[in-house]
Amino acid sequence: MYDFEIQKPGSIADAVSAMSGDDAQALGGGQTLIPTLKQRLASPSTLVSLAGLSEMVGICKDDAGRLCIGGATTHAAVAADGSYAGLSGLASHIGDPAVRNRGTIGGSLANNDPSACYPAAALGSGATIVTNAREIAADDYFLGMFETALNEGEIITEVKFPIPEKSNYQKFVQPASRFALVGVFVAKYADGVRVAVTGASESGVHRWTAAEEALNANFSADAIAGLDAPSGDGMINDLHGSGDYRAHLVKVMTGRAVAAAS
Amino acid sequence: MTKVTLTVNGKTVSKSVEGRTLLSSLLREDLNLTGTHIGCDTSQCGACVVHVNGEAVKSCTMFAAEADGAEVKTIEGMANADGSLSVIQAAFQEHHGLQCGFCTPGMVMSAAALLKDNPKPSEVEIRAYLEGNLCRCTGYHNIVKAIMAASGQDVPAVAAE
Repeated sequence: MYDFEIQKPGSIADAVSAMSGDDAQALGGGQTLIPTLKQRLASPSTLVSLAGLSEMVGICKDDAGRLCIGGATTHAAVAADGSYAGLSGLASHIGDPAVRNRGTIGGSLANNDPSACYPAAALGSGATIVTNAREIAADDYFLGMFETALNEGEIITEVKFPIPEKSNYQKFVQPASRFALVGVFVAKYADGVRVAVTGASESGVHRWTAAEEALNANFSADAIAGLDAPSGDGMINDLHGSGDYRAHLVKVMTGRAVAAAS
Repeated sequence: MTKVTLTVNGKTVSKSVEGRTLLSSLLREDLNLTGTHIGCDTSQCGACVVHVNGEAVKSCTMFAAEADGAEVKTIEGMANADGSLSVIQAAFQEHHGLQCGFCTPGMVMSAAALLKDNPKPSEVEIRAYLEGNLCRCTGYHNIVKAIMAASGQDVPAVAAE
């Protein structure tokens, strides 16, 4: 690693101020960023640690019944919460127990790895990403692989999830990395079903609208079985699986998520 | 350099660290607690697992500066006060839960974290919990058996098939 300075602000306001420095980068749980720094793929001059910001840790419900999760809340805490079953189930299978004790929801969403789990939950729930400056709808937040609507220096302070009637996340793990080769999050709300796919597309997490329409008409695995798999064009094509293979998995995992939704 | 003060195995220590100093480096190089092993340095293998404020973390994937004020427990802090092996350590010995022993510190620390939250885990739960702890010798059978035994559950006397 190249050396850098670590700053540990005591408040969100101090963190935002520290982020305004040259080459400053936010440090969430570090479970992706630290390996990246070790490979010298990033060379910030300052890391602004968000782990100690108690105002960004915790889970509660707002007046609209949404589950509000602080940006520095760990995967382990979300897994243990259980008030949104599909979301807690997803969090309980990210990485491994030690990783879940450090990694944070804000860090994952800010990084927007194309194979990460949380982006599927946020997009599949129509969540709201709250930053120090504004609120961003999930549909407007994910812009492509590792790209988000966040501005330079902007920090995710909270994520608000409407809680669906039924939900489930199914992940087909890449056997070596245990990341999602394909992951599908399905959530059934009173006003419609959302289906979000991670791991598959070269443009990152996205919604499978054909499946949403079919499930709006008939929320069952049979409705998915009757669909054509999405096109393999634009799907990730690498040594772990072809684009067509991933497209096939999208259909299979969607069917499984619908069947398991509770 | 940043000054950090933390409690390691019940003793308060203060050290100056660089921003990039990992908790694993602080433990091994500054505090000479070399029982915490660095197997992969890429967050995969779990040989470096320690407890930070009671929770298992990979010490190669946490900065020492972030452990300021924390209570850290390493494999050196696992034995009983009289120096005898803890229940988990004794079970690893009794059930031959190791061969080369390199992964063992991380295995013991992960096992302790598991049993704290889940005192009677099933075999499936143990294997799932050890997802982030790699052993290249044993095939895991005797490690799982040792953790079952440490949790007070009956284990078969014969070696795993």
